[in-house]
Amino acid sequence: MHALLDNTWKVLRTAPPTALFGLLVIITILLAGLFAPWLAPYGETQVVGPPSLPVGDDEFFFGTDEIGRDMFSRIIYGARNTVGIAFLTTALAFSLGAVLGLLAAVKGRWVDQVLGRLVDILMAIPPLIFALLILTITGTSIMNMVLVIAVLDSTRVFRITRASAMNIGVMEFVEAARLRGEGLWWIIRHEILPNITAPLAAEFGLRFCFVFLFISALSFLGLGIQPPTADWGSMVRQSSNLLAFGQLNPLVPALCIALLTVSVNFVVDWFLYRTSGLKD
Amino acid sequence: MIHILKMVAQRLALGVFILFVVSVIIFMAVELLPGDFVDAILGQAATEATVEAFRYQLGLDRPAYIRYFEWLGDIFQGDLGYSFRAQRPIDDLVLLRLYNTLFLAAYAAAIAVPIALLFGVLAAMYRNSFFDRTVNVVALIAISSPEFLAAYILIFVFAVQLGWFPTLAQVSIDMEFGERLRVLLLPAVTLTLVTMAHMMRMTRASIINLLSHPYIEMARLKGMSNRRIIVRHALPNAIAPIVNVVAINLAYMIVGVVVVEVVFVYPGLGQLLVDSVSNRDMPVVQIACLIFAVTYISLNLLADICSVLSNPRLLHPR
Repeated sequence: MHALLDNTWKVLRTAPPTALFGLLVIITILLAGLFAPWLAPYGETQVVGPPSLPVGDDEFFFGTDEIGRDMFSRIIYGARNTVGIAFLTTALAFSLGAVLGLLAAVKGRWVDQVLGRLVDILMAIPPLIFALLILTITGTSIMNMVLVIAVLDSTRVFRITRASAMNIGVMEFVEAARLRGEGLWWIIRHEILPNITAPLAAEFGLRFCFVFLFISALSFLGLGIQPPTADWGSMVRQSSNLLAFGQLNPLVPALCIALLTVSVNFVVDWFLYRTSGLKD
Repeated sequence: MIHILKMVAQRLALGVFILFVVSVIIFMAVELLPGDFVDAILGQAATEATVEAFRYQLGLDRPAYIRYFEWLGDIFQGDLGYSFRAQRPIDDLVLLRLYNTLFLAAYAAAIAVPIALLFGVLAAMYRNSFFDRTVNVVALIAISSPEFLAAYILIFVFAVQLGWFPTLAQVSIDMEFGERLRVLLLPAVTLTLVTMAHMMRMTRASIINLLSHPYIEMARLKGMSNRRIIVRHALPNAIAPIVNVVAINLAYMIVGVVVVEVVFVYPGLGQLLVDSVSNRDMPVVQIACLIFAVTYISLNLLADICSVLSNPRLLHPR
């Protein structure tokens, strides 16, 4: 345990300030999301004061929203809802894309062809437009949104997994495993996956950012996470009227969204730099 | 020459095929509606007879592939169909809004492209300098922020505090050109911020990528100035990837316009699409999606063809 701490400290000491800042923000938001009920001074949907108090109010630090709910509490609950849903969606997209990508790379031939063409077509349509089309059919609900975004986003994961797995798949040690008569999943799990973990982990961070912005945009448009659930994207939209009166309320959740995505990007940048072995 | 024509023809054929498949997907959306489309529109209270009449009016009693070709044929003849919610032909709704959306996108592109290219070249020229690093961090932040953050900050500063521009982008047909540009400046700048960062980074990357080539080293060894190397030797060779990036970003802009239009309550196609999705006005959603998808795919196709055409090696194949 001591050695582990020591090691972590060593790695962290080499991190650039941007990455440290990113890690700090991510950990804070994760903690806020995990312990939301204990940290938030008021309930998620509790009406606690007069409506539309400005940011910087004595009692309600981030002000209150248009029906008098505490913005600060809702931001904390939003960390749980928005980030949680985005994480779930990314995980789903990743499992789907990575499994199919590995399958396409290892099996090749018609599996690769069919999956590849399917992905080409899905990627030819802009994701936001496609999502809006599907959500019109299925109706807007969190479940539908998660599934639609996961499928659309898995195409990107498919591409990168397939490409990296292809590079590994032609190496001698994979050939040797094949000749030994190892099964498909054994080769994927023991030979290919360990060698493509780093690019995939970086990709997970970037995909998370994309999915998170996507969900926020849909919620902002009123087609994603629905009120009264606290969610950063829809909070921006609901309080946007206050901006015209010189109040900063809608900027707070919008800044939270940007803060998280920028932080993840900073950390991914550093991670890529470390794992690619580029050392000036 | 034959070779390159063949390549362009291939790309075009692929593009047309993808457009065909996408139009089928958009059309099929109606077929995939859970339950019956008619029930969803008319509601539970509809009588047997109204449902039948409506089905007949929509042509839902005929096979899907026939309706698909009729739908497509009508669109080619300029008949976009009929909105359920607004109870009027979609042409009335869409055409003016399409013009508004294209106007906004073109306006934003006219600002974004020159600035992005200039900053990209400057960042490549003085790479690893303070300027380069600042531009890079700002670009990263711009890429990873949601569009509405930039939009609301701009509104807060320039419309609410300073009062230079209106908070909402309200336009009318008889508005003067200059006035229109003024009203639309904030939305255009928002779109610019989002796409510029990406274009700039790609411009910088494609120039730096070229700098490791032997002919650049040769120029450097001749004692040529850094500025001349980049402007005269690297830039012309980077045009292909840069044109590619510009086209891809214009495609992105067409889609990014959706959120920006909603923020500024601008009467464009994106706003119409979002409203129609909430109302589940399927025919309008289909047309709007089709227009967005066709524009997006065409611009990507254009990018593809440009990169083929600008590669001199393909003009003189061995």
